[in-house]
Amino acid sequence: MSGPVDLLARLGASVRAGLADIGDAARLLLRLLALVPAALARFRLVADQIHFLGNHSLAIIGVSGLFVGFVLGLQGYYTLQRYGSGDALGLLVALSLVRELGPVVAALLFAGRAGTALTAEIGLMKSGEQLAAMEMMAVDPVRRVLAPRFVGGLIAMPLLAAVFSAVGIIGGWVVGVLLIGVDAGAFWSQMQGGVDVFKDVGNGVVKSILFGLTVTFVALRQGHACRPTPEGVARATTRTVVMASLAVLGLDFVLTALMFSI
Amino acid sequence: MQKSRNDVWVGLFVVIGVAALLFLALRAGNLMSLSFDPTYRISARFDNIGGLKSGAAVKSAGVVVGRVKAIDFDDKMFQARVDIEMQQRYAFPKDSSLKILTAGLLGEQYLGIEPGASEQNLVAGATITQTQSAIVLETLISQFLYSKAADASDAPAAK
Repeated sequence: MSGPVDLLARLGASVRAGLADIGDAARLLLRLLALVPAALARFRLVADQIHFLGNHSLAIIGVSGLFVGFVLGLQGYYTLQRYGSGDALGLLVALSLVRELGPVVAALLFAGRAGTALTAEIGLMKSGEQLAAMEMMAVDPVRRVLAPRFVGGLIAMPLLAAVFSAVGIIGGWVVGVLLIGVDAGAFWSQMQGGVDVFKDVGNGVVKSILFGLTVTFVALRQGHACRPTPEGVARATTRTVVMASLAVLGLDFVLTALMFSI
Repeated sequence: MQKSRNDVWVGLFVVIGVAALLFLALRAGNLMSLSFDPTYRISARFDNIGGLKSGAAVKSAGVVVGRVKAIDFDDKMFQARVDIEMQQRYAFPKDSSLKILTAGLLGEQYLGIEPGASEQNLVAGATITQTQSAIVLETLISQFLYSKAADASDAPAAK
């Protein structure tokens, strides 16, 4: 007799759980944002996190950037030379990297390389009851553990995106100028003529900061809210990659529409 | 000890990141070409500006001597009014003329300034009236087609 009523109750319960989840995440985000100055005051902890999140991601970011630049050089030239404008290759490579590919691909790699590590680390701390032990000692785990990682991610991500774009442009130059033989002067002057420092480079930096916030926050939240079991940590790590990647791609569409539409 | 070694690497990472940003701004972007030289502002009227955009270069003999600052439409004269910031160190005669040129076949449009013969120079607030509009490809093609059609209809009559 409880068929439809039961279904309705389950729907209500899942909506309530979802809303509670969103509220919980929003409160954590606000707390982390409020704790940014406090974390910056103890910069030693943040510096350790920059080392962990930034330095260790530098290799994968650099190598990926180089190859993305290579491919952009080859593929861009193939398309442009059909219209007899192979000289615009530098502009194409630089604009696509600075505006879109640099921030987005760097953020996706950052989610895979650093986000997962953050989630697993905090999830294991939770399952080892280290976070609970801190609370027992009147140490706030959000302030001591989460906030430095959050700030570290916020600082590391724009720098990584800039490295990605710069290395990518060099990759495009290697393929375009050295291998294909596009005129070096045209490559750089077209690029300088078409890339605006504030509109293109500046907006790319703003994007990468927001992506850093998104990825780091999703990773911390997943680790903080995971079930304290081996399976729970594993699931949370997977969810970090899936949710952070989707969030970055969705946010990128919104930001591009806001920043670059006329 | 461990801490101080970390610090070196973190510092290196930040330096690399900032260097990459500088590279993007200076080598890939146009920060170098942003000039902070003093300028004087003049304006010009065009019948048709084609695809000219604000920020486009003003060139004389191929050298950049100014930039287009703003473009708007004058509904008294039904013409486009283009505000130009010329670099202070270059003076041009009062009767100089402007024309809209295109870099390459599909390139960006820019203004070319042809010096005139007057003894007096352009001053801030002056208006250049001798201008040549942008060449609109569609107009050229339609003129060409009409003249072809006219030729074709003339030919049988002449026979």
